[in-house]
Amino acid sequence: MNIVILGCGRVGSTLARLMFRDGHNVTIIDLQSEAFRRLGTKFKGNRIVGNGIDEDVMKRAGIDNADVFIAVSQGDNRNIMAAQIAKHVFDIPKVIARIYDPVRADRYRQLGITTLCTTTIASGLLRDFVMTDEWGLEKDYSKDYLTLGV
Amino acid sequence: MYIIIVGGGNVGYYLTKTLVSAGHEALLLEKDRVRYRTISEELGEVVMQGDGCQADQQMEAGFGRADAVIAVTGSDDDNLVVCQMAKMEFNVPRTISRISDPRNEKLFAKLGIDATVSATKIIYNMIEQEVGGGELIPLAALNKGKLEIVDAEIGPKSPVLHREIQSLGLPSEALIISIIRDGHALIPTGETTLENGDSVIALVNFEQEHDLRDIFAENK
Repeated sequence: MNIVILGCGRVGSTLARLMFRDGHNVTIIDLQSEAFRRLGTKFKGNRIVGNGIDEDVMKRAGIDNADVFIAVSQGDNRNIMAAQIAKHVFDIPKVIARIYDPVRADRYRQLGITTLCTTTIASGLLRDFVMTDEWGLEKDYSKDYLTLGV
Repeated sequence: MYIIIVGGGNVGYYLTKTLVSAGHEALLLEKDRVRYRTISEELGEVVMQGDGCQADQQMEAGFGRADAVIAVTGSDDDNLVVCQMAKMEFNVPRTISRISDPRNEKLFAKLGIDATVSATKIIYNMIEQEVGGGELIPLAALNKGKLEIVDAEIGPKSPVLHREIQSLGLPSEALIISIIRDGHALIPTGETTLENGDSVIALVNFEQEHDLRDIFAENK
C-alpha cells in the first residue's frame, strides 16, 4: 500500500517504521528535518520536509497515489485540516486523524473522517483497569515495536 | 448584531475596536493568557480568554446567539476549525475566516465556511494592478464561495475604454452590477459605456473569473 503519514513524532515515526518493515511504500511529512532522526537507520521510505496543510507539499509526498493518509502531527487542527484536504481534494479512500480533543474527534468523525482520540481511549482503558482489574486490550503492541530494532 | 472574533493578534484587536465603535456587540476570544491580559487592559469586558476551537468555550462565549463568527488567527488550520465547529455546534449563520494561503479559498468554501478574506491575495492583486493594470480585485465571496464580487478599475489604456457593456462579450455567469463613476454608484444597462476612472463592480462565478479577467486585462 502507498501510505502518507503527517507528523514524525513518536507515533508517526513508529507507525512509519512498522509499515515500512511490513513492506509498504511509506512517505512521512514533518515541518522539521530533525524529527526524522526518530526513524532510525532502517527506514528507507520518503521523508518530506514541509507543512501538511499545503497542497504542494502533499503532492510532493505522493498524495495523488496514496491509499491511506494518516495525520498524527502535534496539532489537532492541523490534523483535521490535512485530513480534510486528503479526503476532499485528493479523494484518498482511507483518511485517519489523531485528535486529542474528544469533542472535535467526535464531530469530525460524524463528518466522515476516521478519528482516533487517544485521550478517550487511554483514559477509558485506565478507568476499566482500575475498576475491574482487567486490561481491555487483547493485544499489547510492545512486542511488535521491539522487533523493529534501532 | 453580536459578532465574535477569534484571535487577538493585530487584525483581531483592531477589528474588535472598529466593530465596537460602530455600535456592534462584539467579543474577542484570545487563547494566550499574556496576550489576553495586554488587550483586555485596554478593551476590558469585550475580551475573553479561551480557545475558540473548543466547544465548551464556544458555548461560554455565546456562540449560540452569535450572528457572525470571524476567525482571524494567523493559522489557516485554526481558523478553519473555529468556523467549522461554530457551524456544527451552534449553527452560527455566518462564519468568516482569514486565510494566509490564498489557495485555501476554494477548500474553505467546499468545507462550509461562508466567506474568506485573504490579505495575501488582496495585496497580490493590487501589485498586479500596479504592474499590468486591469486586474480584478476581489471584494467578497458569496454563496459559499461559488460567486465572487470583484472590482476592475478602468484606466486610459484599458481595452474596454469607451465600449458599451453589451459589446464586451461577458462570460455567461458574470454580471456588471454597478459602476462607480466620480464617487457615485450607477446601475448600468447594456448601453452604458465604460470610461477612464470607472470602478466596475461585477458578480462572477469563480469558474469564469479568468474569462472576465481577460476582458479587462491591459496588455503589458
